[in-house]
Amino acid sequence: MCTLAHAFEAAGLSTVVITPMRAVAERMNVPRALYTRFPLGLSLGKAGDREFQNEVLQAAFGLLEETRGPVIREFPVSINPTGSEPLVCPLPPRLNAELHPAIDEAQALKAAHDRAYQKTQRTSIGMQISAEQIPEALARFVRIVEGEQWDDVGFPANSIYGTVHDIRCYYEELACELAEGPVGPWATEEWFYESTEAGQLILKARRAMQDQNAEQSIWFGLAPAGRQ
Amino acid sequence: MSIFGKDEAAIQKFAATMPVPEFRKGSFTKPGPLNFAKVAIVTTAALHREGADGFELGDGDYHYETLPRQARDLALGHHSVNFDRGGFAADINVVYPIDRLHEMAEDGIISSVAENHYAFAGNQSETVSEIRLDSGPLCAEEMLSEGVNVVILTGT
Repeated sequence: MCTLAHAFEAAGLSTVVITPMRAVAERMNVPRALYTRFPLGLSLGKAGDREFQNEVLQAAFGLLEETRGPVIREFPVSINPTGSEPLVCPLPPRLNAELHPAIDEAQALKAAHDRAYQKTQRTSIGMQISAEQIPEALARFVRIVEGEQWDDVGFPANSIYGTVHDIRCYYEELACELAEGPVGPWATEEWFYESTEAGQLILKARRAMQDQNAEQSIWFGLAPAGRQ
Repeated sequence: MSIFGKDEAAIQKFAATMPVPEFRKGSFTKPGPLNFAKVAIVTTAALHREGADGFELGDGDYHYETLPRQARDLALGHHSVNFDRGGFAADINVVYPIDRLHEMAEDGIISSVAENHYAFAGNQSETVSEIRLDSGPLCAEEMLSEGVNVVILTGT
């Protein structure tokens, strides 16, 4: 962002960078920066809070009144990346007892994901697989947990990271459709890994891959650093 | 071990120590009144339209994607597992405040919203010479040709 701000100003545009990394803005002499103590990924602070987002933008635009720079101003409200209310998001009852719970769960949640997609017209699924392929991908993780070698279950080379990315996106996107109340920082990630069958399955598969002595570069990225 | 994205101290330490290119105090373009400004968003959240190729992994992709102002079929191309995508899933505006800009234009706070907005990948080469000398200036040229005066930059 800071490099682009310099390039744009040099071309004759006026810029304001909204950043949670004050030190980077200072070290790079960025022309105008609004320093926001918000978690990464939340430039405007609060999802679904129009008023708060407006306040952030107004503060950013306020920097345009400065007659000289570089100038950095801190937004007066900070948001803690931890400690937000847990996501209140119902999970479906078992529908097909013959399926692994994670596969049953993913299938049962498809309608919720369809509704989310119809409403927002956007999805970040697609790094590796589609929404329709989620149950099949989970079935491969079931096989790893049940003892098969991770590289024997049919994941194409270098695809397992992207597959987990897409499974997590599927759940996080539908969670926003089902959730009651605001979606706080990291709330969907915590809900996915701690409350869903799919998240638990992936953590178990990750541990199984460790036990199989899979290379760390392959299993490590299946959950955020720090998750067991 | 704490999760990087949840650890404010780790993020600030990273910001203070990560290698950054040197920029002297450079250009500072003074804008006219805000209510006469045409505003564009440029984000380094690697947003791209559904079906587009998007961005390559790693730090070698310095191209930018054009996001027409009416487009909402946007995917987040920031794929790191240590990143919270829930906010974007819930509300596009928390990363890309396009609806907020439209409201500000309707209220006369800004003059208008640019026809096109732009997305880069956040992860760039250490020298950033490509976006500094190539795609950055090219993007600026496009915005100037559309009559943009003010750019809001957001990241992830």
